[in-house]
Amino acid sequence: MTTRRKARGRLPLVLLVPALLGLAFLVVPLAGLIIRAPWSTLPSQLLSPEVGEALRLSLVCASLATVICLVLGVPLAWVLARGEVRGRGVLRALVTVPLVLPPVVGGVALLLVLGRRGPIGQYLDSWFGISLPFTTAGVVIAEAFVAMPFLVISVEGALRAADPRYEEAAATLGASRWLTFRRVTLPSIAPGIVAGTVLCWARALGEFGATITFAGNFPGETTTMPLAVYLALEADPDAAIVLSMVLLIVSIVVLASLRDRWIRGVS
Amino acid sequence: MPNLRISTTLAAVALTLVACGGDTPADNATGAVNGPVTVFAAASLTESFTKLGQEFEAAHPGTKVNFNFAGSSALAQQIDQGAPADVFASAAQTNMKQVSDAGATSGEPVTFVRNRLEIAVPKGNPAGITGLVDFADAERKIALCDEKVPCGAAAKKVFEAAGLAAAPDTLEQDVKAALTKVRLGEVDAALVYRTDVKAAGGEVDGIAFPEADEAINDYPIATLAKAPNATTAGAFMQFVLSARGRAVLGEAGFDAP
Repeated sequence: MTTRRKARGRLPLVLLVPALLGLAFLVVPLAGLIIRAPWSTLPSQLLSPEVGEALRLSLVCASLATVICLVLGVPLAWVLARGEVRGRGVLRALVTVPLVLPPVVGGVALLLVLGRRGPIGQYLDSWFGISLPFTTAGVVIAEAFVAMPFLVISVEGALRAADPRYEEAAATLGASRWLTFRRVTLPSIAPGIVAGTVLCWARALGEFGATITFAGNFPGETTTMPLAVYLALEADPDAAIVLSMVLLIVSIVVLASLRDRWIRGVS
Repeated sequence: MPNLRISTTLAAVALTLVACGGDTPADNATGAVNGPVTVFAAASLTESFTKLGQEFEAAHPGTKVNFNFAGSSALAQQIDQGAPADVFASAAQTNMKQVSDAGATSGEPVTFVRNRLEIAVPKGNPAGITGLVDFADAERKIALCDEKVPCGAAAKKVFEAAGLAAAPDTLEQDVKAALTKVRLGEVDAALVYRTDVKAAGGEVDGIAFPEADEAINDYPIATLAKAPNATTAGAFMQFVLSARGRAVLGEAGFDAP
């Protein structure tokens, strides 16, 4: 601890100045949101039915999307970390593409594949009468598409950091692969999964581009908070600021509750 | 989508700043039509104004028309925030009023075209849409513009006039987004401007309907008080209002005021 303190005290000015500028660059715009907030009308804006509806929908969709990401993403992370597959580098690149892809592009891709004229969507429509665009299910799918890489990366990192000898020991003791995964692997990477889950949820909550492109915008069904912010900006900037503040506060609370846990998970 | 808007704004600002360097005050003092002019125009004017800009440049060598096309409300906000524009052409009176009330226009805005709504359906009209009444059918997939943007406000007026309760599946953020959903065949019908149906070429079919008369959009144009190049701005506005300007806008599907 003492050595750490000393090291911190010796931080060179060359690093400290750009670091502080970087911090200001990231924090000042958010402070601007708080300064411009219409404090006098804030309570009534917050209690308006539209805000409540959009917030409820955002929380529900982000949570459902996170469940999908967990069910599909943890096994996927396991394959990336432990599976003996050829071309794993390419596989990992493909899995992480949505991280850097503009979300609007993701939305267009989803629309072209799952829309009612798409190669998959047309059968969903004609066989089961299911149409995903313009539905809450469409929002969940768009959010899961964009958020899943965050979970996969966190869990994969945790799996790589975990000591495989415990799993090997369990195997020599006669445990099946599935039992080993459930009783040995999963508990050992639990912090990584928790971190990935929260990060995934936060990303889903903020999703805008893929949602508005694929799922459209209809109050109570597909209008999540980010969409409400964007449309409010057209007519009522004050309302947009209030909605933005709500999202900002939710995000800060989520990330702060993680503290330094997710960094450990990712590294 | 918002990122795109921001980047076009930045591009317009950057162009104007670069342009200002070569634009000596003497040009304006002598009243010569010369140098760059920045036009902020509603997204629905994209095709027709681009054409007018090229013709204007050809008619006045030494001029350069730079456009910033976006939603009228976004453009009005940018002008309020001090964006260096010479001309503002809005798709709605309200957005122009916001700018002129702030004293940012030089002279009275002039209405130069009108636009009306039309029903857009995918090519061949696979769902057999016949008129506005189909928009009240919950079974059909319908896209409208959000009421917060002009095409949505106009749609609201025609439904009120027709005494119909529309049953949309999505409220799009601008008219082009609504049109895209029709192009892709994801909706059976959308309410867009007649000019948008024309601009889509043969990709969508348009169905005119009588209630459209209830929501005619007037498009006002004005030069701005802080125009960096006022003389050329005035000349461009006169060109838009000229017989040639009206002809180009008429071809795009706009009505004369």
